[in-house]
Amino acid sequence: METSHYCPHTPEEIQEMLAATGVGSIEELFDSIPEELRCKRFNLPPGMSEFETYNRLKQLCSENCQDLSLFIGGGYYDHIIPAAVDHLSNRAEFYTAYTPYQPECSQGTLQALFEYQTAICRLTGLDVSNASLYDGATALAEAALMAIRTTNRSRIVVDGCVSPIARQVLATYLSHHDAELVELAPLDGLLNRAELIHQLDDQAAALLVQYPNVFGCIDDFTGLADQVHAKGALLVTAVYPVALGILKSPGELGADIAVGDGQSLGNPLSFGGPSFGFMAARKSHIRNIPGRIVGETVDKNGKRGFVLTLQAREQHIKRHKATSNICSNQSLCALRGLIFLSAVGKQGLADLARLNYDKAEYTKSSLARIPGVTVLQTAPTFNEFTISLPKPAVQVVEALLARGVVAGLPLGSFYDGSENLLVVTVTEKRTRKDIELLVKELEVVLCN
Amino acid sequence: MQLIYEKSVSGRRGVMLPASDVPSAASLPQNLLRADTANLPEISELDLVRHFTNLSRRNFSVDTNFYPLGSCTMKYNAKVLENAAALFAPFHPLTALLPGGDSLCQGSLGMLYDLGQMLADITGMDEVTTQPLAGAHGEMTGMLLVAAYHKAKGNRKKYVVVPDSSHGTNPASAAMAGYEIITIPTAPYGDMDLELFRQAMNGEVAAVMMTCPNTLGLFNPYIKDIADIAHSHDALMYYDGANLNAIMGKVRPGDVGFDVVHLNLHKTFGTPHGGGGPGSGPVGVKKSLIPFLPMPRIIHDEVDGKLKLQTDNEQSIGRTANFFGNFGVMVKAYTYMIMLGREGLIQASEQAVLNANYIKEKLKAYYDLPYDKTCMHEVVFSASNQLAKGVHAIDIAKFLIDKGYHPPTVYFPLIVKEAIMIEPTETESKQTMDAFIEVMIEAARLAENSPDSFAAMPVTMPVTRLDETRAARSQTVCYLG
Repeated sequence: METSHYCPHTPEEIQEMLAATGVGSIEELFDSIPEELRCKRFNLPPGMSEFETYNRLKQLCSENCQDLSLFIGGGYYDHIIPAAVDHLSNRAEFYTAYTPYQPECSQGTLQALFEYQTAICRLTGLDVSNASLYDGATALAEAALMAIRTTNRSRIVVDGCVSPIARQVLATYLSHHDAELVELAPLDGLLNRAELIHQLDDQAAALLVQYPNVFGCIDDFTGLADQVHAKGALLVTAVYPVALGILKSPGELGADIAVGDGQSLGNPLSFGGPSFGFMAARKSHIRNIPGRIVGETVDKNGKRGFVLTLQAREQHIKRHKATSNICSNQSLCALRGLIFLSAVGKQGLADLARLNYDKAEYTKSSLARIPGVTVLQTAPTFNEFTISLPKPAVQVVEALLARGVVAGLPLGSFYDGSENLLVVTVTEKRTRKDIELLVKELEVVLCN
Repeated sequence: MQLIYEKSVSGRRGVMLPASDVPSAASLPQNLLRADTANLPEISELDLVRHFTNLSRRNFSVDTNFYPLGSCTMKYNAKVLENAAALFAPFHPLTALLPGGDSLCQGSLGMLYDLGQMLADITGMDEVTTQPLAGAHGEMTGMLLVAAYHKAKGNRKKYVVVPDSSHGTNPASAAMAGYEIITIPTAPYGDMDLELFRQAMNGEVAAVMMTCPNTLGLFNPYIKDIADIAHSHDALMYYDGANLNAIMGKVRPGDVGFDVVHLNLHKTFGTPHGGGGPGSGPVGVKKSLIPFLPMPRIIHDEVDGKLKLQTDNEQSIGRTANFFGNFGVMVKAYTYMIMLGREGLIQASEQAVLNANYIKEKLKAYYDLPYDKTCMHEVVFSASNQLAKGVHAIDIAKFLIDKGYHPPTVYFPLIVKEAIMIEPTETESKQTMDAFIEVMIEAARLAENSPDSFAAMPVTMPVTRLDETRAARSQTVCYLG
């Protein structure tokens, strides 16, 4: 047998080891697999060198269209990533470690996750955070399940302005629980408050809202928590963490649980993953939180240290009675989130949010000047907003794609009667020149 | 070591942001704005770099230490995988869902499609969805597929059967799909008790979840019989792929009767564990379950040879995550697979099994081996001999830390008292294992001669043993300073 990638034994060593093991051949070690069950077919191609492999990947990657100008968001945002984020998260001591089950030799990961939890608490204005979940959509679904457990009620009311993709995941997660999912159809891009009064009864476990919402609108949720709490339900807010640089925090709004997707915090778009989901809550809910939590403690000498804590909530102890089935989370992505937030810093995040807002406002007013384009004006927006086009948005987007511009996310497939609506996203990475190109190309496409 | 918040200096700035090239807009209404800026760190870039570099040095990792953590497959994570994933960093997932967008990301879709085909080939399945984000997420997806299958057939099913040696995620995932759990004990020969299993099976069982080889590192020779019994009750067979590293090219779950499998790309296919994630948990299914797969699904269009996305399907279980799964992790697994190729993967399994058996034979004179037979990729000892002297598995773990080894998994599987579960993987050299074996023998001798000396260990780490009860009581999970 020739030695291939990463199997270091020489033929002599293999013979020595077989002799020590008391078998004549490697094949003998597989004797417990009955002959009739053995693999008859295994068609993978032969392996190759690292150099050839990497070239194959480069070739594959070149089949993607490069250099698109991105004005699309929809929960995934093209933000700057400081170089330190890559370099530090690529420290092998972080990325080739496992879950910190042995705390003494994992203090690096554990302290970083404690600092991450602290950052999430401070950003959301809530008391406790877990050490990450898979993504924003599954975090929303876990929050709904958490509300069901906490309130012992089965009805989840969700604002139809919450990301349609997240609502699809929510529906999947709730499909096999004794839960009723009620969606409130949006009213002019905002929460339908009249309908909410009907649906928010004393069987409701939670109201799920999002800000900014899928239309880009920053719905004013002042007073909403009181209304929800008066019915004995929980308020769950899905948030865009970069926007929290300036927007009122879930804690200030009186929310019980906040969730979101951490991609925008130092994680590349990477065709949709990996990113991380975050979850923060009021302290009274801590025993109902899903996933790992890092806690502070001391060692035998009274020295501060960190451990995984409250593990009695989790599947490896509670099995089918656990708060969730989650085991692996998105730890390294959460670490990237922490490094991003630390690199940008306290004032930096506020400035970054403001920069996004300014760029989007500039784009909004430029697009509004194009004949036939109107801007949805029902609420202020952050870095994305909805425009109405004189023809179906998918046609316009397709035409602009051919010109290298990803103009936004058409809403037609998500909402009836929204065929002409397009959500346009502008992050700090889009220059004035990019914006002017979008405006110019859109004008051309609309004239044709 | 100080927290990054304790190093913050009010007013200090970190990374510079791009300058604005647009006019400043009128401010948002005050009622939408937060009262105070979130109190994030205020630190220079150099101090930031030192902080995280020094934190990283407080970790054991595969790149610094032998890490034989059973059930976790801590093999070497090839460096080229990181380079490959970085190539695909700039692509927005929603581009693919725009009209004409699929033609702009044929490279990304092609990678996903090819990976799915290769995983189907390795597992003997007919189609693979890459959407699940980790092993447990794959299990949940798999159980939702099981539920959808039974619903479509009008079957009334209530239970999922698991052996008592199963991972905790198995019953927890089955519960996420609304099932109740029946647990079958392990027989003295180390596999699920076949007779008790036969008795427990009935028409209300939806699925049987098995890890094969199981968490004792043993391949169940009766697996086909178990599958036949399950199928006779129209129950589906679920394969937990945590231990696939033992059997690549030797046996395929699909050939022995499994209907659904999940894989842990972060175990078998060499992608790094990241200190707890991200993983990736693709799910493979037999033909009968394809109609229920999550959306979007990648379809190969025979007419123009292009890959397209199917987004609508009435019977689908729906969407289980944001987009296409942990794409970056999958690029790494794909790179690993095409680089090793058919022979390389077979060799990986063979040497993983050889290494585990080598360690087993070398240590069984010193540690109790409750199931003394040829193991697959991992071996489970018990510290019961040492316990007689008052030394627990956790004490041996702490001794190993002081010797520079990440401990094996301890206290799992739950059915072995004082379990020590060792999985060396194929990427470790004989010299590394020999040194580890010596240290394990030293631990056994120390337990015999000086059992009290373990209590103080570890002494070489930044902290000694930590007070977990205090952590649970104080619930300090956020820095309040």
